[in-house]
Amino acid sequence: MATDGSAAAELTFRDVTKRYAGRAQPAVDHLSLRIPAGEICVLVGPSGAGKTTALKMVNRLIQFDSGDIEIDGRSVLDFEISELRRGIGYVIQQVGLFPHMNVEANVATVPRLRGWGKQRTHERVRELLELVGLDPDGDPRRYPGQLSGGQRQRVGLARAMAADPPLMLMDEPFGAIDPITRSRLQDEFLRLHRQIRKTVIFVTHDIDEAIKMGDRIAILRQGGTLAQYDTPDAILASPADDFVAQFVGADRALKRLSLVRLSDLELEAVPSQVNGLPSAPRDASLHDALSLLLSEGGSRLLVTDPDGTPLGVARLEQIGARVSEDQAS
Amino acid sequence: MTTLIAQSGPVIPNFGGGGSNSCVRENRTFCWDWFTSHWSSNFQPHLVEHIVLTAIAVSVGFVIAMVAALFAYRRNWFEQPFTIATGILYTIPSLALFQILVPITGLTRLTAEIALVSYTLLIIFRNILTGLREVPEDVREAARGMGLTRNQILWRVELPIAVPAIVAGVRIATVTVISLATVAAIVGVNQGLGVPILDAIPTTFNTEFIAAAVLTIALALVADALLVGAQRVLTPWARGRAAYR
Repeated sequence: MATDGSAAAELTFRDVTKRYAGRAQPAVDHLSLRIPAGEICVLVGPSGAGKTTALKMVNRLIQFDSGDIEIDGRSVLDFEISELRRGIGYVIQQVGLFPHMNVEANVATVPRLRGWGKQRTHERVRELLELVGLDPDGDPRRYPGQLSGGQRQRVGLARAMAADPPLMLMDEPFGAIDPITRSRLQDEFLRLHRQIRKTVIFVTHDIDEAIKMGDRIAILRQGGTLAQYDTPDAILASPADDFVAQFVGADRALKRLSLVRLSDLELEAVPSQVNGLPSAPRDASLHDALSLLLSEGGSRLLVTDPDGTPLGVARLEQIGARVSEDQAS
Repeated sequence: MTTLIAQSGPVIPNFGGGGSNSCVRENRTFCWDWFTSHWSSNFQPHLVEHIVLTAIAVSVGFVIAMVAALFAYRRNWFEQPFTIATGILYTIPSLALFQILVPITGLTRLTAEIALVSYTLLIIFRNILTGLREVPEDVREAARGMGLTRNQILWRVELPIAVPAIVAGVRIATVTVISLATVAAIVGVNQGLGVPILDAIPTTFNTEFIAAAVLTIALALVADALLVGAQRVLTPWARGRAAYR
């Protein structure tokens, strides 16, 4: 595994099954998935659907009974277990920072295990803290007990990325964080992911988070079977069955609007008189734009660039057309 | 108790040979002159013996308890028998334990140490084990997930996090041993601050009794303060914060 490069790895589940002793249903039932290198795959489903079990089988915190899991074509069973784990970033909901180590020592955990030199480790820690939005000058000396929940999860993220692993496992990483901070961390992680392009498996029970974070979504149902595996747009447009339709929600047409940006529409020219028109930045979603139009009571929306310069006008009918297009498909 | 009677002196003794001093003759509460003039011949050597007795007992007890606790942490079945055995030792009255040991090991420092060590085991063992078990599960899981081996998790994560609990056990054990070590003199082990205390009881000489007792208490307080200081140095992360979960 190319653990020191910035490469991403392809991950494949082949017919993987796991049964816990004394349970009638398997936790994961003949799961087959291929996650292309560099993509975020979200595992989502109700509790008891085996999401976390599937995740933890990748770094062998849980042993699977049959089938195989391959990283770039090599079975995880062929790795020495510590080596396997040191090459996979691991982020959990409770973060699990080491309370007796300061931020720098926490982030440096895997580089030190791998025997990196002091200078290289130190520079890497600074780089990572900056990457996750922490202060590389003030924060490294602080202890986890002195950090807020959001800061702890940032440190957890930096720690998981420290040795530049080609694959990251994230188990409800933002689940214990207040909604405002969570939304900010989600945005920041997506921005970060565009830079680092790691393969990411992301577990959540929140379909909205799955739609927002996932390049692909794997919906699991009770008993650990795969209900549907596709892009968010395809799942919202055509759920495979009633379970998926119910799970993604009756408002899936509206949810799908959140995947489209105002900049994706064909805008009309900016009129000479723009006073009184509600306005939104071009990277706002159609979902937010519709909400704004409904609350302002208008039918036209001024689209601006991030500086506020007008770019054009979007009409309510255009957004409506997107919704009906959803329903038709 | 035969020892006590045998050592009884006259009702009005020639207190420590300081007969010329009116404070001593009248046996006032505390005679500073007598204390200072007997510091180097009486109190200082016994204080040093007391510190040595305590340091050896706590160190040996700590090593035994640590080995036992690490073993019990890996093999759960070991916890109960060790707890029961050390619990029995802990409940034997100290005077009785010293008396039992004298025929075997004689009136030696070894006798005192065996008894004192046996009182430290239960406290330190329990605290180490509790400290290890209270390491949050998510911390352990993150460590495993990052590829630390079982031993690396123990030495780099679990034991450091358990330090406050371990130090708390060592503090209780130390104060207990300092207090119990005075009993050694009663059975005839001629060591520690119990010697001047025992001297003073039959003669009712206040100064010697109070000086030895106060030195014993002061030693316990100083030892405890040093351990608190050591913990603060060892665990800067635990300062000024609520328990991390």
